[in-house]
Amino acid sequence: MFFITVSAFTMKPTYNLDHAVIRFAGDSGDGIQIIGSQFASASALLGNDIRSLPDFPAEIRAPEGSVGGVSSFQVQFGNSAVYTPGDKCDALVAMNAAALKACVNDVAEGGIIIANTAGFSEKNLRLAGYAQNPLEDKSLAKFNIFPVNISQMTAHALADHKLSTRETERAKNFFALGMMYWLYNRTIEPTAEWLRKKFSGQPEILNANIEVLCSGWDYAVNAELFPVRYQVSAAPLPVGKYRSLTGNVGIALGLIAGSIKSGLPLFFGGYPITPASDILQTLTAYKHFGVKVFQAEDEIAAIASALGASFGGNLAATATSGPGMSLKTEALGLAVMAELPLVVVNVQRSGPSTGMPTKTEQSDLFQALYGRHGEAPLVVLAPATPAECFAIAFEAVRIALKYMTPVIILSDAYLANGAEPWRIPGDDELPDIEPRLTTEVPEGGFKPYLRNPETLARAWAVPGTPSLEHRIGGLEKQGATGGVSHNPEHHAAMVKARAAKIAGIADDMPSAELCGADSGEILVISWGGTFGAVRTAVESLQKQGESVAHVHLRALHPFPRNLAALMQGFEHIVVAELNSGQLVAVLRGEFAQNIFQYNKVSGQPFTADEITVFLHRFLAQKPVMRNAA
Amino acid sequence: MNNLIDSITSNGTAEHNFTVKDLRPAADVRWCAGCGDYSVLSQVQKLLPELGVERENIAFVSGIGCSSRFPYYIETYGFHTIHGRAAAVATGLKVARPELSVWVITGDGDALSIGGNHTIHLLRRNVDVNVLLFNNQIYGLTKGQYSPTSQHGQVTKSSPTGMPDYPFNPVSLALGAGGTFVARTLDRDLKHLGAMLRRAADHKGTSFLEIYQNCVVFNDGAFDEFTDKATKPERVLFLEHGQPLIFGANKDKGIRLDGLKPEVVSLASGEYSAEDLVIYDEHDPTLAFLIANLTYNPDFPRPVGVFLNVDRPCYEDEITAQIDAAKSTPKGSNTSLQALFASPGHEWSIA
Repeated sequence: MFFITVSAFTMKPTYNLDHAVIRFAGDSGDGIQIIGSQFASASALLGNDIRSLPDFPAEIRAPEGSVGGVSSFQVQFGNSAVYTPGDKCDALVAMNAAALKACVNDVAEGGIIIANTAGFSEKNLRLAGYAQNPLEDKSLAKFNIFPVNISQMTAHALADHKLSTRETERAKNFFALGMMYWLYNRTIEPTAEWLRKKFSGQPEILNANIEVLCSGWDYAVNAELFPVRYQVSAAPLPVGKYRSLTGNVGIALGLIAGSIKSGLPLFFGGYPITPASDILQTLTAYKHFGVKVFQAEDEIAAIASALGASFGGNLAATATSGPGMSLKTEALGLAVMAELPLVVVNVQRSGPSTGMPTKTEQSDLFQALYGRHGEAPLVVLAPATPAECFAIAFEAVRIALKYMTPVIILSDAYLANGAEPWRIPGDDELPDIEPRLTTEVPEGGFKPYLRNPETLARAWAVPGTPSLEHRIGGLEKQGATGGVSHNPEHHAAMVKARAAKIAGIADDMPSAELCGADSGEILVISWGGTFGAVRTAVESLQKQGESVAHVHLRALHPFPRNLAALMQGFEHIVVAELNSGQLVAVLRGEFAQNIFQYNKVSGQPFTADEITVFLHRFLAQKPVMRNAA
Repeated sequence: MNNLIDSITSNGTAEHNFTVKDLRPAADVRWCAGCGDYSVLSQVQKLLPELGVERENIAFVSGIGCSSRFPYYIETYGFHTIHGRAAAVATGLKVARPELSVWVITGDGDALSIGGNHTIHLLRRNVDVNVLLFNNQIYGLTKGQYSPTSQHGQVTKSSPTGMPDYPFNPVSLALGAGGTFVARTLDRDLKHLGAMLRRAADHKGTSFLEIYQNCVVFNDGAFDEFTDKATKPERVLFLEHGQPLIFGANKDKGIRLDGLKPEVVSLASGEYSAEDLVIYDEHDPTLAFLIANLTYNPDFPRPVGVFLNVDRPCYEDEITAQIDAAKSTPKGSNTSLQALFASPGHEWSIA
């Protein structure tokens, strides 16, 4: 739905859109991520709801001009709720032939493609695998192609600046951004302000970038290139103060907020790994909050140091991704055995082994639930959106400290780098957190594993507390005293006690929320970062009158108490996840139900469209599929 | 930000006065009769009340192995962790709580094999903890396989035809990793052991003390050469700061340098006197490397004592200083939730 107005300034008709999806793509050295996130920020500042998704190669500088070296950034912005970065792009900026090749299949029919003709040399075409120039043959007939020599226009704009050829070439991303700002009616000022901060010590570079940004805008106005402009007005988001938040920054802020609310200093042990390093880096900027960041020698030391800090009474956390999670496994078992609070973040990526470090996946659920020797239950949570990473990190802190347990957060590469507007919570929206610290000297001596009858959590006596000296460790315990014991009854009782404590936490967690009627044909269950695509698909089917509902799980262990009851209301249950069927296997085991599955393991997130198509097909073929299952 | 930990812990006000008796635990000590671990335990118990540290501010962190049961046998705070990771756990504890006296109890397999990486990085960072490395040159708790300090050719359960690889010299390794206090002692020389423990405790920074510890069951007699009254004087070189390197039952042998090459000389023949010998300087890393490398050389006595003792800033102090500096900046004056959430210039309001 759109209507047309005419801009007084440019005298170009302006189409009002509900949503738009745009993508920038170029070489990994082209500054694509910078202009993409600038476009996203500018849209957020205009009040749009946004979701953005960067996609970049694992190599820092893959061979220039190759399809493997293409870096891209997609953002969807809308005047109502936006759940995903969008399936198909309405506009693509391709800085070279490889970028076009990598992205052209993701452009909507009739969509705009702005192509930097300087990136379509014979060499570029060869590297991209084009036999002939796609801008000149008819292969792109179903799109609106706008060939612009962005590199040359940038050089013209900077003719009077004393910059090297290389520096000039590097500024071309801002020319593209300027054009897109005009095309979508964004304001230049926030980006100009960002540039002023970033290049405050380098006036030549600063002036050049601003000049190029404005030149891109002016070119779009003067060259009469585009017949129309687009406008996406503000979304009716809840009242409040907003900022943009990525998943990784959300995790970092959630941990620090947990530190403030619990009164415990935050200790973070980390080791660089894609795509979790941002958490480590972000936390180093909060030393004034007393945050202690320890960059360890390896993943094992990262978690072991955190466990040492936890033993010492700090709020302790570590973050990693798949391979690092494998290395942390043994120490996680110790955390379960010692019953110490600890938050462990796994920003999942495609595995196994090194896999695809920058690509997303949900394939570490089994590992989180079961990947330890012995019976070692712990709490597993998963955020649904980038901004929700904040709330889940805070909740992980609350649970860890209240129940004296490690908590795993399963984020993923898609959430980690994706951004969305976050309504900044007021102080009173976050509960106080009361750690289990004790100083009381009980009669008969301190018993480190004596449990609170309600929470089953042990007390936390930290070194420095007079008269509560005690020893803990990985050996099995007698019971309340924590004394080492290999007695069969003691072991059986402790295994049960540890499991009962974790199972009971379900009473202290929110119920699963149903989107849709509480009974019907299909209930779709999802978890983690697939929320946006699944919710978009389910809502679109609901609008078409289909009997489809959606439950999105944030707690994977223990499950929400009401999950079994919710499932009872539906004829069919479908679990959609980015693995070969992990949550579905757990649900089948736990609830002994016939459950269908929809999976994708390509390293790419779900699109709303593919889930919609699947559900349509499922609705049409249910009996067949039921027999097949 | 209100720091709960500061408010509940003693901050040096309580339990100054404790005795050896207060350190004896309820649990039975379960090392084999005659194990060298007992003498270390008793010397540590003897030392702690003399340090002026409150009992509740002492924490022992250990890995896995016979010696790593140590924390259970001493009535302070203790954490018996997992194989090889004590150094990493202790680092976290010390960074979290710099006011604590933190001790790492580890063995040759624990610290040098499975935990080798953590050991070298602990030394590199110079975290102010005391590492007691019980070196018995064997895996005892797993019943007798060769360790990274077992000797080449040594017959053990996992090397029935002789150990095929060569051992680490823990002292050289610690020096190479940038250790600021590196020493070696013997479980059967209680006086020297006690003195070295005291030196380790007094050093600010990572103190690395290798203790030759006899395993009576799986490697009995490994260090007899250095501990038996008959051979010890000829086979052990006691390093003493400012003193010439002299050894021998009659104090008639010494180490001199021929260029950069150490050699054993006789003081009896009259050709050399004490003035020709190396005067040991524990502040000199070059000398420490040189003398440490005599360790497995059969032509030289085994050096023990303090190899190196130098000052370098401690990791946890650097961290604390960076945090204090950040807190004293203008933005450090507001550590509220709203200050945390703020993103100046990138916020917008919806009314």
